[in-house]
Amino acid sequence: CSQLFSILLGEQGDTQPDILHNDPHARHADDNGQNHLEGQMNFNADSSQHKDENTDIAENLYQKVKILCWVMTGPQNLEKKAKHVKATWAQRCNKVLFMSSEEDKDFPAVGLKTREGRDQLYWKTIKAFQYVHDHYLEDADWFMKADDDTYVILENLRWLLSKYNPEEPIYFGRRFKPYVKQGYMSGGAGYVLSKEALKRFVDAFKTDKCTHSSSIEDLALGRCMEIINVEAGDSRDTIGKETFHPFVPEHHLIRGYLPRTFWYWNYNYYPPVEGPGCCSDLAVSFHYVDPTTMYELEYLVYHLRPYGYLYRYQPALPENIRKEVSRDYKKEDPKV
Amino acid sequence: MLSESSSFLKGMMLGSIFCALITMLGHIRIGHGDRRHQHKHHHLQAPNKEDILKISQDERMELSKSFRVYCIILVKPKDVSLWAAVRETWTKHCDKAEFFSSENVKVFESINMETDDMWLMMRKAYKYAFDKYRDQYNWFFLARPTMFAIMENLKYFLLKKDPSQPFYLGHTIKSGDLEYVSVEGGIVLSIESMKRLNSLLGIPEKCPEQGGMIWKISEDKQLAVCLKYAGVFAENAEDSEGKDVFNTKSVGLFIKEAMSNHPNLVVEGCCSDMAVTFNGLTPNQMHVMMYGVYRLRAFGHIFHDALVFLPPNGSDN
Repeated sequence: CSQLFSILLGEQGDTQPDILHNDPHARHADDNGQNHLEGQMNFNADSSQHKDENTDIAENLYQKVKILCWVMTGPQNLEKKAKHVKATWAQRCNKVLFMSSEEDKDFPAVGLKTREGRDQLYWKTIKAFQYVHDHYLEDADWFMKADDDTYVILENLRWLLSKYNPEEPIYFGRRFKPYVKQGYMSGGAGYVLSKEALKRFVDAFKTDKCTHSSSIEDLALGRCMEIINVEAGDSRDTIGKETFHPFVPEHHLIRGYLPRTFWYWNYNYYPPVEGPGCCSDLAVSFHYVDPTTMYELEYLVYHLRPYGYLYRYQPALPENIRKEVSRDYKKEDPKV
Repeated sequence: MLSESSSFLKGMMLGSIFCALITMLGHIRIGHGDRRHQHKHHHLQAPNKEDILKISQDERMELSKSFRVYCIILVKPKDVSLWAAVRETWTKHCDKAEFFSSENVKVFESINMETDDMWLMMRKAYKYAFDKYRDQYNWFFLARPTMFAIMENLKYFLLKKDPSQPFYLGHTIKSGDLEYVSVEGGIVLSIESMKRLNSLLGIPEKCPEQGGMIWKISEDKQLAVCLKYAGVFAENAEDSEGKDVFNTKSVGLFIKEAMSNHPNLVVEGCCSDMAVTFNGLTPNQMHVMMYGVYRLRAFGHIFHDALVFLPPNGSDN
């Protein structure tokens, strides 16, 4: 009986989801009556399983590369989706804010005083960045936008950003090529602005350099970035593998999962890859992640590991971090 | 007439007393066995944390190489897509992996057991493996094609265990008097257990090919009965926190249950960090696990492990 059940559940995972319609800016189907979960979520690092773990480098980067995350959500999704973000990766941001059309003091969520809906996304984005700029500009170096179904691995984002100067006008994400000469970043996979980029973005609306109205959030932001001379960065790892992902790992790892006619193949700025080459070991984000998959990813990234295994991809530590670390580890090169 | 019936009665009484005596004797023997097995295993001490830092990389390599695991996967023609996924993923980390099929299938390399019966397949596979590889491998792991197994965690689990002792490990289930390792979690046998098993395979009274009289007994139970005769007893494999390391379900299923049963501690309450097996996976999920286990990780988290395992050659996943 339990075998049948698990097979059935396994089958569910493989059926093509509705997100595969041929339009990159088609949003998520509205959730209809899925299971609500009761109670507050808590994330506690379990100590005994991690007693052989050394997190000095991760902690060092936490101090050096300060990231403020804001999560695009809405009143209907606080309990259904945002709650699981809060229980998992959100804890690892230096600061996290949940942005909704209405304030929720308990969650807590910031009220942007907008309406909800697909056509409001760009307006919400502008207001959210404005709020962050007005209240938290000096609290972080980098400012990340994510959806409530994006899963982000903050340590890997810090590794990526550690090579760059937040005073430079640059932003990172999954780069798409159409419509904008330097490309633009996929909204769902999440994108991150340097402090300078944020300043210029907020300023652009005060001085009417960029338009306020658009129904396509990520494209409009990308157009604005180009106008204000914020560079679209290359977020791929040191061997050219993508780090920000517009879908869940399965969709990228399985050859033939995304049909050849799918928009994705024509949108990717860099040559798109399916199969194991799709995704960096140090992936930063995945999108369309449902609550179960959030916790699965959390378990796979932060808990389950192959004991003693020497990973194939061993990227160098950023220069400045390496100098600090070498004081502690005289003999061996720490393998991360 | 009366004397005849009383003799008959006496005969009946004597017979039933003898019957009761013999049954009791039988139980006592098994009882002894249970007590005996608890203290028989030798445990090698794993180095502690400070010692680990002093051991050179070379010494760690040597220790790691001392575990030689042979993987047995029993498949049937319907399992072709699972077969492919298993072959392309975790079995690359076995020291050797072989597929044993019920019949010859052109598409995939496998050893034909020429039987549809799971218990017969299992027996034949164990015999084949022992006859051919007894000198080359010290641990034998049997898996279902729907499983994902992490060999490195299996070897870490075996770190304190001497293969010349009769180990029979996995996720155990108790069925009446019998405690057996469920095939759905994977079965681990030390070389000593393999030796003892193989010595009994030819003895139908101890290790019959047809276990149940009326209905079929599952192959994992039959194995347990057979091993019990050889003084080999099932042990449940757990980590230092008491969590099972051999799992009969997939990560996804555990997470769903955790979200329902203890929504405040989903990941912590889920599964061991040192899990060896998960079951009930689809081929796609195998590829996702391969990426999630052997590649995807958070930068800046370093571990000082007593063992060292290199990635297999000629593989990109």
